[in-house]
Amino acid sequence: MKFDTPATTNPIDQLKVVGKPLDRVDGPLKVTGRAPYAYERHDVGAKPAVGYVLGAGIAKGRIQAMDLAAAKRAPGVLAIVTAENAGKLELGKFNTAKLLGGPDIDHYHQAIAVVVAETFEQARAAAGLIKVEYAPTQGAFDLASARDGAVVPKNANAPADTAVGDFGRAFAAAAVKLDESYTTPDHSHAMMEPHASMAAWEGDSLTVWTSNQMIAWAAGDIAKTLGMPNGKVRVISPYIGGGFGSKLFVRADAVIAALAAKAAGRPVKVALPRPLIANNTTHRPATIQRVRLGAGSDGKITAIGHETWSGNLPDGSPEEAVAQTRLLYAGANRMTATRLALLDLPEGNAMRAPGEAPGLMALEIAMDEMAEKLGMDPIEFRILNDTQVDPEDPKRPFSLRQLTECYRTGAEKFGWSARRARTGQVRDGRWLVGMGAASAFRNNLTMASGARVRLGSDGVVTVETDMTDIGTGSYTIIAQTAAEMMGVPLEKVVVRLGDSSFPASSGSGGQWGANSSTAGVYAACVKLREAVAGQLGFDAATAEFADGEVRGGGKSVPLGDAAKAREIMVEDKIEFDKEMTNSKQQSTFGAHFVEVGVDVATAEVRIRRMLAVCSAGRILNPKSARSQVIGAMVMGAGAALMEELAVDKTRGFFVNHDLAGYEVPVHADIPHQDVIFLDDTDPMSSPMKAKGVGELGICGVAAAIANAIYNASGARVRDYPVTLDKILDRLPEMG
Amino acid sequence: MKAFSFSRASTPAEAAASAQRIEGAKFVAGGTNLLDLMKLEIETPTHLIDVSKLKLDTIEATAEGGLRIGAMVRNTDLAADARVRKDYALLSRALLAGASGQLRNKATTAGNLLQRTRCPYFYDTNQPCNKRSPGSGCSAIGGFTRMLGVVGVSDACIATNPSDMAIAMRALDAVVETVSPEGATRAIPIAELHRLPGDTPHIETVLTPGELITAVTLPKPVGGKHVYRKVRDRASYAFALISVGAIVQPDGSGRVAVGGVAPKPWRVEAAEKEMVRGAKAVTDGLFAGANPTHENAFKLTLVQRTLDAVLTEARG
Amino acid sequence: MLRASNLREHDMTSPGDLELNRRDLMVAAAATAAVASAPSGAGAQPAAAAAVRAPSKATVSMMVNGEARRLVDLDTRTTLLDALRESLQMPGTKKGCDHGQCGACTVIVDGRRINSCLSLAVMHEGESVTTIEGLGTPDNLHAMQAAFVKHDGYQCGYCTPGQICSAVAVLDEIKAGVPSHVTADLTAASYDPTADEIRERMSGNICRCGAYSNIVDAMSEVAGRRA
Repeated sequence: MKFDTPATTNPIDQLKVVGKPLDRVDGPLKVTGRAPYAYERHDVGAKPAVGYVLGAGIAKGRIQAMDLAAAKRAPGVLAIVTAENAGKLELGKFNTAKLLGGPDIDHYHQAIAVVVAETFEQARAAAGLIKVEYAPTQGAFDLASARDGAVVPKNANAPADTAVGDFGRAFAAAAVKLDESYTTPDHSHAMMEPHASMAAWEGDSLTVWTSNQMIAWAAGDIAKTLGMPNGKVRVISPYIGGGFGSKLFVRADAVIAALAAKAAGRPVKVALPRPLIANNTTHRPATIQRVRLGAGSDGKITAIGHETWSGNLPDGSPEEAVAQTRLLYAGANRMTATRLALLDLPEGNAMRAPGEAPGLMALEIAMDEMAEKLGMDPIEFRILNDTQVDPEDPKRPFSLRQLTECYRTGAEKFGWSARRARTGQVRDGRWLVGMGAASAFRNNLTMASGARVRLGSDGVVTVETDMTDIGTGSYTIIAQTAAEMMGVPLEKVVVRLGDSSFPASSGSGGQWGANSSTAGVYAACVKLREAVAGQLGFDAATAEFADGEVRGGGKSVPLGDAAKAREIMVEDKIEFDKEMTNSKQQSTFGAHFVEVGVDVATAEVRIRRMLAVCSAGRILNPKSARSQVIGAMVMGAGAALMEELAVDKTRGFFVNHDLAGYEVPVHADIPHQDVIFLDDTDPMSSPMKAKGVGELGICGVAAAIANAIYNASGARVRDYPVTLDKILDRLPEMG
Repeated sequence: MKAFSFSRASTPAEAAASAQRIEGAKFVAGGTNLLDLMKLEIETPTHLIDVSKLKLDTIEATAEGGLRIGAMVRNTDLAADARVRKDYALLSRALLAGASGQLRNKATTAGNLLQRTRCPYFYDTNQPCNKRSPGSGCSAIGGFTRMLGVVGVSDACIATNPSDMAIAMRALDAVVETVSPEGATRAIPIAELHRLPGDTPHIETVLTPGELITAVTLPKPVGGKHVYRKVRDRASYAFALISVGAIVQPDGSGRVAVGGVAPKPWRVEAAEKEMVRGAKAVTDGLFAGANPTHENAFKLTLVQRTLDAVLTEARG
Repeated sequence: MLRASNLREHDMTSPGDLELNRRDLMVAAAATAAVASAPSGAGAQPAAAAAVRAPSKATVSMMVNGEARRLVDLDTRTTLLDALRESLQMPGTKKGCDHGQCGACTVIVDGRRINSCLSLAVMHEGESVTTIEGLGTPDNLHAMQAAFVKHDGYQCGYCTPGQICSAVAVLDEIKAGVPSHVTADLTAASYDPTADEIRERMSGNICRCGAYSNIVDAMSEVAGRRA
């Protein structure tokens, strides 16, 4: 199905099942420990051998010698694979650094060997016996020092430079100006399930049970890396213990499990040890950002400029932290610039809301600072500069933009009017209390997505698509979509996901998954309705599918009757017409409200209240969508207050490479959270009229927290995370 | 993890004797620190002697009016003991701030005292570390030091002792009881249990090979207001940036021990004599000779401000 | 030998296939009641004896979810977590970090929650272990499991078994009068399961999806129902 005209009324608009806050259909399996993840597929065959990955002990250089003798002799060892005996490996389309390093080492903890043994204990012990001699070479590890050498990036989604009007002149002439720099550190996805895969060969065919967000990309890149035809690789990933971008791409576990299984002559499973993950896999790159804002004394922005610097390995891509600045606020004179420095740290890549998440961390502090300079309420300042059209191309409207409504609704609900404009005015016991707000913004992306639907004689509708559920609720919203389309209760729908033998879907990433994949299921269900109507002698255009029946022309037949003779199976996909899609700017919007306490003695920051108001198209399931938003707010709270991969700038690695060193929020850090979804259907987005919401929640929240800290304490911190050591010296004297 | 053989000891003396007899043997109790380190091959015992089932899991009143805490008493039970809650609240508070419920349910009194540093360079076997691999150098110095020590450190090691419980025990003047492989017992004031790193950061305590901690004795209660403040980046389940444990008497005198700043629980008796003069006077004494880095110098200010708040709270 | 083409992965993986799941699990459990494996491959060579130590084996008996289980020839290095996940093929208990830093491996041993990753299986001789599989089944959920579903106290599901085991134990701890870091009065006779008490006590269970607010709602509901 081609989506080339805005959606009109369709069966989804009945909202009998779609739009309801239903419990997740995979819930009972998850809460009882019955949902099987990649490393635990005892159900699919013989007991696999276990591979244990050895990571490089240097950041850059060469392996001089590797002594495997002791490891080979160790009890239980079946095989050892290194670059030397792995055969030729191509670089995956989506990888920057090789997944099996050696003799050249590209980054710290790059995999250099896998030891396969009968048991995990044996493999781990044997890996410890490998002796490696390195010849390290100098590397560049510090973004601040590499910044001056940064260049226009080769691999980027957006232009390195954008300009509208005359930024320089307008900024120089502005009555009120802000010119500040901000930094965001490297972040680790830190999903709870480590990267894990089990691989099994049958002749020249490979099956990989893995934990991956993008099944078709994974199958393609495993094949490419191993030099195999695409059709010979099957990837299965029905449950994924968190991704956040870390599992968008094939990582070392999958490729190494395949190599190890070949070498050992039997299935092998591999999980990356937690202390390896931060350096072995990808991370969100650190940024240095400069924001310049110029406004008239009326508060209207006349000049808005945003520059960003990040680093990556050769052929890596930049962190596009200026993305939102092109679209979020009005202003006739605009510029953005994106530069990339060469760093020898591990591969930087996408993490939840790449671009906007770190970009808004800077821009939305800058907006708060600018409002103060103007003597305006920071929300009124943003509303004043709201726009209904693309500020770079005023002929191009937004499909639907309710940013102002988000702020108005949230301000009332949160009690924003109680906020004191002056800092340090509110005290509650040992706490200095303050409020902050920030805009959330994330573009709505769409991806082609396919699905197969089957109807059985029992009236059960089965959906098969390689779509993944990484905690996002895909199982549930896909079941809701099929139930709505076919007029059956949710219990009559079976959803099967995450298998490359199913039709290729959008996969999960960039908050495109929910809208795109359900639209694909919608397309397949339209076809199934036609097939059913044909089989039962109804007019497909007017037949009603409801209560497990097909009705029309005064007769009514059980749905399953259409499959009495044999199962009906159809397949289709949704394809988004670029021209139609781009004719209006599709984005998602929100407003974050945060109240914090800052300990007057220690400068510890504790979040007291959080509210997000979101405008993100039709919400397919308010329960799971709300979870996505609060979860993203938690991750944003981590970015605001504690998350930082600490770089050893001499040795070239992330030092705090485990979950004790890299602190993410725990229960005690997070208060009750509120989310409000505005009534919002966007016919430009898809037949579902939905948009993404999974990343919107992280966008802007960190800045709202930083702004609240400022409001509470008077400490304006522009370098994330806003830890107490950056606030302490600016608190009032004690005693 | 290197392979190891395993045995269960039936008495403390037998455990100590086995530990001396079997080369490379180690005691295991809760295992929450040792197993972590064994997985990374930072600890590589050839044999584990399970002491967790020894009958050292009771808390008894002493003739002197104090408490004798068995070495195997779990952190949860020690923190929840009614006598500890009433008379040694500092110890309860420190334990409750110390770890997650799951860890406290396993971790023992003796094991907590002997837990090793959380310095990230100690934890990464690719990096030089004098504590892990004597003579290899210290990669923390000149590296990422925000969490590391500011006082009592040396050119060989700037790691901190991560225990919260030990801070309280130091302030309470606890005494550690041990049994040697020969069956001899001794009592070690907690002030003397941990060593400063000097040139030998790998030698962390004064315990001799095979010597087993059997109990920790608390002197009779000293009264006063007990406050333990642990300051960390996240609200729970994190190691301290700094912690301040104080016992403040109605006349304004008192005791203070500080965590997160030194290789051992940090208490300077001469400094705490200044308590009536306020936090700054005490902190100046605590940190005489401190040698912080650019990244962790904030700990000095933070301790002073935290102590100030603690004294204010205690004087209520 | 594993035959990839004959695998029945869907039987286990689709929420709509609960009937098959339960049956498969029961069969799997029966077939793996005893786990035996002699070490294959070369043993330690004399010359390398110092570097390569031969695994040491032990036999351990414990109650797991009310059933007597015997682990024969268990490598002494095996954690309780790996004994459950690999030897007994009960993967409901999750390995998130294997170093006591995340809580995904939380199980209840003799009534107390612990990190099963930081505990050797051989140290649990004669003890009684409750895992997520022992709390309830998909069609007969434990009250806490049902509350997690109702309040969406999870997303990816990977930390969930640990969260739920912890949650069950936490309410028991509060009931038993065990204090916490946020308990105002250490000498009080009993404590209320307030949101702050729940948050502090649950902090050893990390949820990167960020379902904390919902988990507190789920636990509060169960606590209220019990009270």
